Amino acid sequence: MTNYFKLIAFGAITLCALIAANFARDAAYMINALTIALAAFAAFIWTLRQTDDSRVMPDLSGEYLDGVVRAGVIATCFWGVVGFLAGTYIAFQLAFPGLNFDWAEGYANFGRLRPLHTSAVIFAFGGNALIATSFYVVQRTSAARLWGGNLGWFVFWGYQLVIVLAATGYLLGATQSKEYAEPEWVADLWLTIVWLAYLAVFIGTLAKRKEPHIYVANWFYLSFIITVAMLHVFNNLSVPVSIFGSKSVQVFSGVQDAMVQWWYGHNAVGFFLTAGFLGMMYYFVPKQAERPVYSYKLSIIHFWALIFLYIWAGPHHLHYTALPDWATTLGMVFSIVLWMPSWGGMINGLMTLSGAWDKLRTDPIMRMMVISVGFYGMSTFEGPMMSIRAVNSLSHYTDWTIGHVHSGALGWNGMITFGALYFLVPKLWSRERLYSLSLVSWHFWLATIGIILYASAMWVTGIMEGLMWREVDANGFLVNSFADTVAAKLPMYVVRATGGVLYLSGALIMCYNLFMTVKRSPAIADVNSAVPAE
Amino acid sequence: MAKQSKKQDQNTNNDPNTTGHVWDGIEEFNNPLPRWWLWTLYACIIWAVIYSIAYPAWPGIKSATPGLLGWSSRGDVAADIAAAEAANQGINDKLVAADIVSITDNQELAGYAKTAGAAVFLTWCAQCHGSGAAGAKGYPNLLDNDWLWGGDIEAVHTTISHGIRDETDDDTRFSQMPAFGEILEPAEIEQVANYVISLTGTPPDAQMAAAGETVFMDNCAACHTEDGTGDREFGAPNLADAIWLYGGDFDTVKQTITNSRFGVMPAWSGRLTEAQVRAVATYVHQLGGGE
Repeated sequence: MTNYFKLIAFGAITLCALIAANFARDAAYMINALTIALAAFAAFIWTLRQTDDSRVMPDLSGEYLDGVVRAGVIATCFWGVVGFLAGTYIAFQLAFPGLNFDWAEGYANFGRLRPLHTSAVIFAFGGNALIATSFYVVQRTSAARLWGGNLGWFVFWGYQLVIVLAATGYLLGATQSKEYAEPEWVADLWLTIVWLAYLAVFIGTLAKRKEPHIYVANWFYLSFIITVAMLHVFNNLSVPVSIFGSKSVQVFSGVQDAMVQWWYGHNAVGFFLTAGFLGMMYYFVPKQAERPVYSYKLSIIHFWALIFLYIWAGPHHLHYTALPDWATTLGMVFSIVLWMPSWGGMINGLMTLSGAWDKLRTDPIMRMMVISVGFYGMSTFEGPMMSIRAVNSLSHYTDWTIGHVHSGALGWNGMITFGALYFLVPKLWSRERLYSLSLVSWHFWLATIGIILYASAMWVTGIMEGLMWREVDANGFLVNSFADTVAAKLPMYVVRATGGVLYLSGALIMCYNLFMTVKRSPAIADVNSAVPAE
Repeated sequence: MAKQSKKQDQNTNNDPNTTGHVWDGIEEFNNPLPRWWLWTLYACIIWAVIYSIAYPAWPGIKSATPGLLGWSSRGDVAADIAAAEAANQGINDKLVAADIVSITDNQELAGYAKTAGAAVFLTWCAQCHGSGAAGAKGYPNLLDNDWLWGGDIEAVHTTISHGIRDETDDDTRFSQMPAFGEILEPAEIEQVANYVISLTGTPPDAQMAAAGETVFMDNCAACHTEDGTGDREFGAPNLADAIWLYGGDFDTVKQTITNSRFGVMPAWSGRLTEAQVRAVATYVHQLGGGE
């Protein structure tokens, strides 16, 4: 019966989206409307084929819902490669502006591709990794099937739709011009719906868990889902100019808008890229090491400290701006206090290995996870340091910031995700082992050298341009023009792009390795039933 | 304490010091917080409290605490600027008081004006003229000997002070070339374009160039002079020196004649101090083309 309601709903959405496409005032909106129409129509056909099907559905309540995790793993690999490729390309565009081809002007110039890169790696690659692993981890550590029937699948496909809407919007020029929150109102509204469904699935699964306690990884995942929902809604409060156009106007203006944007922006780092990925770390590191977590007490203290402190640290992005000094002071001191709570996660990750350090020699996946936690520790030291006013007056607006973000993103988020993928694929596809461990080693070294080239090039060029900008002669006059600094950066830009090529090659090797694991590795009996551990 | 916890780590999964919880095979040790971690956290908190008392930090209803040190970011910048200005006050006064043509002869003033002028140039002028002052299409090259309005230090100073065709300045340098598309026949424009090119190079059509001479003498020579060397009184470019502001190919020259050009440079006397204008004039003058 519900299928008939679904059919009516999907049909109506298809029709409305087609009408919207007809009245569209700009290309981005039209393509978005057509994409929605296509997605709703596909859902309509799929539902139609299920309707009046007399097949008896087997009782799956005792089994984990792993199909959606498998889909998430594939999506993570796919978007990862897309995001790394876009990043490598724009790195070359910065070094060689001629790569902004005239014939692609307005679609593939740096300005259009840059948000495509950041969104593809953070939200498409990172987001899919977080959704997939959180679905896997919450089921395993709750010994319960994912709550909500096929709602998990809705979250997966809905999220892919968000990505496509956002990405096509960028290329066609629809943007709110807010860093990491570029998608316009259509994609924002849809993401809100998908995200609330995600929250429902996650909490629903926790609620029906068969374990007495909630595992620490799930605290982090839950804090990530809740906080991102809140941040997303507040930072995207806007009024569309027309119901048939992609452009919208922000509710906040001036410095208030900047403050909300960086409250959002900083906590996108704090809750999306830190808390969420710590959830990943807390499951996959002890699993891969086959060791207990180092300290339960530390995990509690650093969790609450991290959650409480991170949310205040945003104003350090606005030192020496129109934001009043008192606000930036608070942002700065909260960032400094945040140092140790962040390192709590690093200590728990690294010390979990004590007693199993020998695995670093034999297990390249473990090596990947350890270097990931190492980069996490480095970035979470560098961040508080850069939030100090005096340091920030040198580092702000320079490539140092870019280097900082990438040592966190490539080192911490990327490597822990690769480790989790290598762990997950044999389990999800019931394979005895990975296709090739030596390819994992290749991936490890390519990625590590890539990150080192990237980060060190950005440190050098960032500090160099910071010093050049403030360089004055004996009479106190500025010595360099902006263009002088741009010219001086060329060699480092080439090194950075080379680092990107290495990192991308590593990811391609991983995709090949995972594909061959599914295809070639010997199969084992399915072990994916929800039996609570005793 | 540290030693003891190390010992615990040697144990295997069935360690008596785990919390007793198990999730999917994962257990948790009950190790205490590392001391160095805890004390560093405390130290950071204490530092944060002290810092937020010393600097503006805690918001109230109407304003925030100003901090015991009385620091503010704007105050900081203002103090820096005031200090720099005070340090240069003496020499700036000398620069303004000096006879402008004699600045280059005074070693102290010339050296100062060159570095100060370079800073002004890189901040305000490089956007159009390029950081090396070599110009771009529509923006004159300041390194060569070709000057539209004059290349001696006084002329450069006037140009910078009052700009070119800047409506906000009453003393701005002004002239306007007519758009000959509305005056001449298309054939005449082709002829005169050929002629102008023939002054320094080979025109696409020699016959037309010959015919263009009459058109030139009737319409253009009043400003550009009969031999095409231009007139700085009107900012009329020298057409006989093979230096082109907008381009010397046939199509561009034709376009220039048809539609005219109207290059604008802002007047800087309102935005820069007289000392800065003099400094940047001196800097531009010594770049190579100064007369």
